[in-house]
Amino acid sequence: MMTNIVGDVNFPENQEYWEALEKNKLLIKRCTECRKPHHYPRAHCPFCGSVATAWELSSGDGEIYSFTMIEHRAVPYCLAYVTLDEGPTVMTNLVDCELHAIEIGARVRVVFKRDADGRALAMFTPVQ
Amino acid sequence: MTSFVVGAFEHPTRLASDKSTAMLHAEVAAGALADAGLNLSDIDGYFCAGDAPGVGPLSMVEYLGINPRFVDSSEIGGSSPIVHLQKAALAIDAGLCNVALITQAGRPRAEGDLPESAVRNANVPENGFELPYGLFLAASYALATRRHMYEYGTTSEQLAWIKVAISQHAQHNSNARLQTPVTVEEVLASPMIADPLHRLDCCVITDGGGAVIVAREEVARSLRRPLVKIKGADHAVGYQRGFDVDVTRTAGIASGRGAYQQAGITPSDIQYLSTYDSFTATVLFAIEDLGFCEKGEGGRFVEHVGLLSGTGRLPVNTDGGGLCNNHPAHRGGITKVIETVRQLREEAHPAVQVPNCTLAMSHGMGGVLGQRHGCATAIMERL
Repeated sequence: MMTNIVGDVNFPENQEYWEALEKNKLLIKRCTECRKPHHYPRAHCPFCGSVATAWELSSGDGEIYSFTMIEHRAVPYCLAYVTLDEGPTVMTNLVDCELHAIEIGARVRVVFKRDADGRALAMFTPVQ
Repeated sequence: MTSFVVGAFEHPTRLASDKSTAMLHAEVAAGALADAGLNLSDIDGYFCAGDAPGVGPLSMVEYLGINPRFVDSSEIGGSSPIVHLQKAALAIDAGLCNVALITQAGRPRAEGDLPESAVRNANVPENGFELPYGLFLAASYALATRRHMYEYGTTSEQLAWIKVAISQHAQHNSNARLQTPVTVEEVLASPMIADPLHRLDCCVITDGGGAVIVAREEVARSLRRPLVKIKGADHAVGYQRGFDVDVTRTAGIASGRGAYQQAGITPSDIQYLSTYDSFTATVLFAIEDLGFCEKGEGGRFVEHVGLLSGTGRLPVNTDGGGLCNNHPAHRGGITKVIETVRQLREEAHPAVQVPNCTLAMSHGMGGVLGQRHGCATAIMERL
């Protein structure tokens, strides 16, 4: 939606995440020892400290944890937290929908969009 | 803790077009020293955060011309001065200094600078997963507020009551940026910044700052000022890890618990609260997390001017807070300590002075509600 980030945000250890997005796949990180998922992805588990973390393909299904509509910008948008069925809660945008109909708890599915710089991003849209 | 707050000063300016940030730090330092009856040469401890120009305390120590034995530039955002208050007290207890100066100042209004939620630096690990989605400061607070509404039934009207009570206080502060009382209807009719937060749910942008001086008991007793003892102070860091996320609870639960334990008191003992009000919601979360009511009951606690001095359940931010009075450098931590000291000295405006105020609290949240943030809590007692 907008990028004003200085420099390259693609950490080497997260390259797989960004490359998967380019192929319309959403990855999450899970600890293979304590089994907890986390987000944003790290090489270590922020719950138990283990470095035995692994990428896992997300179903892309989840529900809205919270959201806020930003309507005073040139292009109105909806910033949200979505909790994926696999567990992680991710920051995202809700798109391709009537912004005023959005509700916490509503089911959503991932859609892959590109930002102004052409980079793939995971966003979500409500499902019936 | 055995230290006392012996000096406090809030810069009267709210627009510093003719003064540098460094000069503002020097002016608030001089103001607090004059308030205490001390001189620049008495300072042997210095504390500042990211609003101070230069690397940590280095430029300011040189600019001020002080010779501290102990310096610290702990940073948790706007509430850093409340952390500094704790650390100054600890440093004095440890014999590392006797008279500690804490300054906070800046001029975002003169510079046309808007608050940021994030350091836009490629090395910050969360940035790539947040900034591309249009995250900004008010939007993040809005996410936490919306979730609070969903879980507990909190309403925009209840949040507006926070602004209403604090605006009632601000009318008595001739330095306040906004001195006209507002109504719930006016808050709700103000432009939406990040739904559900309106413009009048947001704090002001002002220039200026403030300073506080913390001193050893022998120093405090040698001065001709009321004795304001630091009875307990603690801080904590809050964050999310993307699993079992709960954006409705802050690190204030932990920082408050620590301060209460040290002071040996409970929330019902607190007669006055200065709490960070970057947004109305910031106050709501603090009231709950500091134990003034149960989690989720904050909306009902604050409604119908529940925070108004005199008739409210708990008098909060009698200076007009960040919502109306002052949020210098996009940081309001120092003003929370200053108004607490005024209340304990009975130097608040007579219209908002809490009668016989002997036990009061300063609390702050820096960083971003619902995300990574720091909270600091200090309990002070008038002896």
